[in-house]
Amino acid sequence: MSRASAIEIAGLDVTFGRGRRAFRAVRDASFSVTAGSSFGLVGESGSGKTTVLRALAGLLPPAARIRGEMRLHGEPLRPARSRPLRRRLQMVFQDPYGSLHPRHTVDRILGEPARVHGLDSIDRRIVDALADVGLDASFRFRFPHQLSGGQRQRIAIARALIIEPAIVLLDEPTSALDVSVQAEILNLLQRLRREHALTFVLVSHDLAVVSHMCEALAVMRAGEVIENAGVETLRADALRHEYSRELLQAAQGYRTTPAGMPPAER
Amino acid sequence: MKRRDPLLIVDGLRVTFDTPRGPVAAVRDVSFVLGREKLGIVGESGSGKSQTGRALLGLLARNGRMAARQLAFDNVDLLRAGEGERRALRGGRISMILQDPKFSLNPVMTVGEQIVEAFRVHANVSRREARLRALAMLEAVHIREPGHVFDAWPHELSGGMGQRVMIAIMMVPEPDLLIADEPTSALDVTVRLQVLALLDDMLARRGAALIFISHDLNLVGSFCDRVLVMYAGRVVETLRADELQSARHPYTRGLLACQPRVDGDGSDLPTLDRDPAWLR
Repeated sequence: MSRASAIEIAGLDVTFGRGRRAFRAVRDASFSVTAGSSFGLVGESGSGKTTVLRALAGLLPPAARIRGEMRLHGEPLRPARSRPLRRRLQMVFQDPYGSLHPRHTVDRILGEPARVHGLDSIDRRIVDALADVGLDASFRFRFPHQLSGGQRQRIAIARALIIEPAIVLLDEPTSALDVSVQAEILNLLQRLRREHALTFVLVSHDLAVVSHMCEALAVMRAGEVIENAGVETLRADALRHEYSRELLQAAQGYRTTPAGMPPAER
Repeated sequence: MKRRDPLLIVDGLRVTFDTPRGPVAAVRDVSFVLGREKLGIVGESGSGKSQTGRALLGLLARNGRMAARQLAFDNVDLLRAGEGERRALRGGRISMILQDPKFSLNPVMTVGEQIVEAFRVHANVSRREARLRALAMLEAVHIREPGHVFDAWPHELSGGMGQRVMIAIMMVPEPDLLIADEPTSALDVTVRLQVLALLDDMLARRGAALIFISHDLNLVGSFCDRVLVMYAGRVVETLRADELQSARHPYTRGLLACQPRVDGDGSDLPTLDRDPAWLR
């Protein structure tokens, strides 16, 4: 196992339910993520990309059966996570309207993870975390409903970073935002990755976002990883799998073929 | 009506909401003329694009008020039309498709019943005839097993299937104008294109016009004939869709530039500097 790998996933299988109602959401998925890089997990709804992310984060329901191997910096990841292990891996969710407690101030939202992990000088950490995501100290005692969508996502990012993780899992972090706000958040994430030497796993359905953010990617469909590729392959329009190419075409807008139907209607 | 006549004339449309903090202007002096074409209205959240669409149907929230110099659909003056006249237009000659079929289909009626209801309301047909036409309509929106879907409940449908059903229901009264507010934003990208192809096909068959409201400049630019770009309640620029890349207004140009590209180099994206002069 290469030492430069922050994350190694080999033969991951996740099944929900039992017997005849069993549903295999992830099937034999394998990929690895180089430390300090950003890795894109691409697919449509039901492809299993979010389930992979949740398996990594330890956020799957206890009844889910997980098989296969997951390693963090070479260390096996088991369902029972120690606190130091949990601190190394944080998550940012898609919907900044749903992921922040509506009745907690920003101060409390940011302070809580720091307290849970027994960190000191929480006051300074909160101010620093806000500054890190481009918000001044005046935001500290506001409630989520007093913030715009972009500001909320900045708070969610600050909450993930305040305990100094090595790996950040990003689940569609900009798909609920306007494109102009998306640009600001993507720029922010790239800067934070450089400054804090973070490793990202980015789940997205948008190949343009993945191409912009990531060095490598895996395309998922129906629970399987159907293609692993470097970003240069994506940028050169050289993805091999037919479905990957279909996703790419869909990302470029509506085009009719000479037959009058877009390729997806064949 | 002659084909060349404009279908819809909107002149100086204003929409204002009364809030506890005073009136808020959502749409400020929007004007356009619509022919038998596909018109995109593009803008970010809060630009007033959805309220423009809703005002045309008289579907504003209770605290909303609208005013205009002229609002005419096929020579019917919408400002002076009575509620009865408006209701006859709404859902009949003008219909609307909303973003998420999960919320716009009735969850306690089967799909078939909902299409049958549309036929019974808009076309004076027997129950038996309505059922046959509903099945034909499901086939027309490319649903493979119409009989099966006819008996299905909305929660049993995928997003793409649900939106096809919505399109089927909206096309029942054979409208002249379809207003679609983010009709494909809740759908997966590959399904999105199939639903758009279907919509395109239905519009062409019927010769109907479309107002396509969306935040997605590229999608609208590639699907529509003409695009209105809205910012803070105003139309800042009107373009032919194929001229989108040569947009002049700094807001439109900013929106185009701040999108990541598949063939980009990963360097920082340009961000949008909002000029207060755009609000003037």
